[in-house]
Amino acid sequence: MPKIIGAVEINQERCKGCNLCVVACPTDVLALQHKEVNNRGYHFAYVVNPDSCIGCASCAAVCPDGCVTVYRKRIP
Amino acid sequence: MTPEDIKQPENLVCTKPRLLNDTHMHYCGGCSHGVVHRLVAEVLDEMNQADNVIGIAPVGCAVFAYKYIDIDWIEAAHGRAPAVATAASRLNPSRLVFTYQGDGDLAAIGTAETIHAANRGENITIIFINNAIYGMTGGQMAPTTLEGMRTSTTPYGRRVDLNGYPLTITPILASLPGTCYVTRQAVHTPAAVAKTKRALRQAFENTLAKKGTSVVEIVGTCNSGWKMSPEKANNGMVDNMFAAYPPGDLKTPQD
Repeated sequence: MPKIIGAVEINQERCKGCNLCVVACPTDVLALQHKEVNNRGYHFAYVVNPDSCIGCASCAAVCPDGCVTVYRKRIP
Repeated sequence: MTPEDIKQPENLVCTKPRLLNDTHMHYCGGCSHGVVHRLVAEVLDEMNQADNVIGIAPVGCAVFAYKYIDIDWIEAAHGRAPAVATAASRLNPSRLVFTYQGDGDLAAIGTAETIHAANRGENITIIFINNAIYGMTGGQMAPTTLEGMRTSTTPYGRRVDLNGYPLTITPILASLPGTCYVTRQAVHTPAAVAKTKRALRQAFENTLAKKGTSVVEIVGTCNSGWKMSPEKANNGMVDNMFAAYPPGDLKTPQD
């Protein structure tokens, strides 16, 4: 059975830490940084479980700042 | 397989649209405006209209829209975006003209311009972001504020006997013969975002086909003005706003 795997990349300097991508992700790939902040002082989102990503792009769909880049690959 | 093997150009699904430039947006984190800006940029790029489109920026939170989407813009006086769009579309009939307005711009100071532009059936698209509050000036009551909703000027909730009823402007526009497509959407979930994108594309196609005025109302959140986290604002919108502003098509083009 073919398997689909994905990968996400977050533009951390553009991220405002709104948490919407974390809520939208069905496989809990993303989380907000608790201690680190970016140049503007936001607790940015980062990839905490890269292996669970299915490349559904739900995070990119709800991101208000276009910070998320999604890749998806089909493995036969 | 490592994430670096997957992150190849041929596997790309979704990224920041080409027309959305790198300027840092001034919107609060989680604001619906950002999602709609991204959708407008994506749809215009997919339709190859980047060089043919004229956007009319409003006054309100979206006043700096011209800094974020890399197309031709005109900044209108407060509420006068449909009037400026009328001029732009009549003088350049081949161009795709759209206005991008909030509820303070469209439903308060610009009600007359909006209704008359729609009544004349101008070939423009009106994108209307309704978050039921004046976001930019500090969360005051707007005409679209819900009954009982707390704002900085109605700290005990909006009272109908004092402040009147919430103004639902899209049903008024749908009742006019000049409009061809009137719809109400939201951007709180990935599915709703996909629907809104289709609605925007339909509206722009109607405008290019000169069918009349297209209105896309997007029920949005203002988490700063509502004093909520972005996630709670989205849930609050589903619980409260959708009762007064239910999503769906109010008028579809007659072929």
